[in-house]
Amino acid sequence: MIPSALEVIEDFTLVPDSEKLQLLLEYSEALPELDPRFGDHPELMERVEECQSPVFIAVEGSAEKVNLHFSAPRESPTTRGFASVLNSALNGQSAQNILDLPDDFPSDLGLDALISPLRVRGMRGMLGRIKRKTRELIAQS
Amino acid sequence: MSQTEKFKGYAHTDVLVSTQWLKANSEDVVIVESNEDILLYDTGHIPGAVKLDWHTELNDPLTRDYVDGAGFAALMDKKGIGRDDTVVLYGDRSNWWATYAFWVFKLFGHENIKLLDGGRAKWIADGGELTKDLPSRPSKNYPIVERKDSEIRAFRDEVRAHIGKPLVDVRSPQEYSGERLHMADFPNEGATRGGHIPTAASIPWAKAVMEDETFKPVNELEQLYFGNTGFDRNSDFIAYCRIGERSSHTWFVLKYLLGVESVRNYDGSWTEWGNLVGAPIVTGEEPGALS
Repeated sequence: MIPSALEVIEDFTLVPDSEKLQLLLEYSEALPELDPRFGDHPELMERVEECQSPVFIAVEGSAEKVNLHFSAPRESPTTRGFASVLNSALNGQSAQNILDLPDDFPSDLGLDALISPLRVRGMRGMLGRIKRKTRELIAQS
Repeated sequence: MSQTEKFKGYAHTDVLVSTQWLKANSEDVVIVESNEDILLYDTGHIPGAVKLDWHTELNDPLTRDYVDGAGFAALMDKKGIGRDDTVVLYGDRSNWWATYAFWVFKLFGHENIKLLDGGRAKWIADGGELTKDLPSRPSKNYPIVERKDSEIRAFRDEVRAHIGKPLVDVRSPQEYSGERLHMADFPNEGATRGGHIPTAASIPWAKAVMEDETFKPVNELEQLYFGNTGFDRNSDFIAYCRIGERSSHTWFVLKYLLGVESVRNYDGSWTEWGNLVGAPIVTGEEPGALS
């Protein structure tokens, strides 16, 4: 696994369970602000349906270096935390490194029992979307 | 219409409370926040409020069911809630999970529960204070009360027998028609068929709330649930959604705001029905019939 992803896993596995949610909250607070140009181009983003927290994901760059952009409302800190974790692990990586990240990565953080597997599936879904958009990006270039 | 007038119109006038009421009475109640987002409480909550999580605390980890009487008592002890305490619930997403928690409290017959109209969003919009301070509430020895499912909870066989009677699907129109189960690469609770239970009326839950997430006045709710459907206060209702939380919201509206005596929430909802071997479904915009 790439070092940036391993670092995130270490971050989560080194703290006791009682502090893991706080750590996820810190990640959520560290999610970079969305580049304003995306605000003017809502069609560049995908929106999700009812029952799922809205998260916007954009993937840019080249096969050598992929830049990720996320946006999720302040009222959805868990979603923001997931986005921030994936951003820390994958932003600036090559397309191949992104596609190679195991789909099980979200479960490696040890959050399943703490926040429920169903919620962790939200991060798996997000990773799946990033991979799909990365494949689309390479196909276009 | 003033807020006071709006509240007076509801069938049960003492169950829904305003942010002003809560500010004035916060010392006499136990405030409980229940959200979809498990971290939201930790970003700031109403002073004194305790956090209750639907996923990790209300469900039994081994059986696909809610906690039992002993589990609920232990949970209440952990939260410092006594059997006689008045609980005021609020939460995110127009109170989806707050009404769900409300419904679970009622499965255990907890008498005094209220819901904050408009939930978390309305509290914030009205300038309510938020804090990150965690309350410390000692155990109050909640008694072990066995869960009573029969009155307000519907199981799949009961739903099957209820086809053709007042059945309300509260999901979005796309989920009702079967056009959408979930989107590619998005998480979903997993159903192999898209559509609705035959004869179910489509009344998306969100039609019961206004822009600020508070409930609509009673005359608008009556039109929505009775006028548009031919059902009435004496009808025997079952509501469902995908996993039972949005339908708790509708259950609350029917039971407490409109005064329907008999209304049950089918918490198995579409994740169960859409996977159930041999269960009939209907696709498209029409309620359809049992073939």
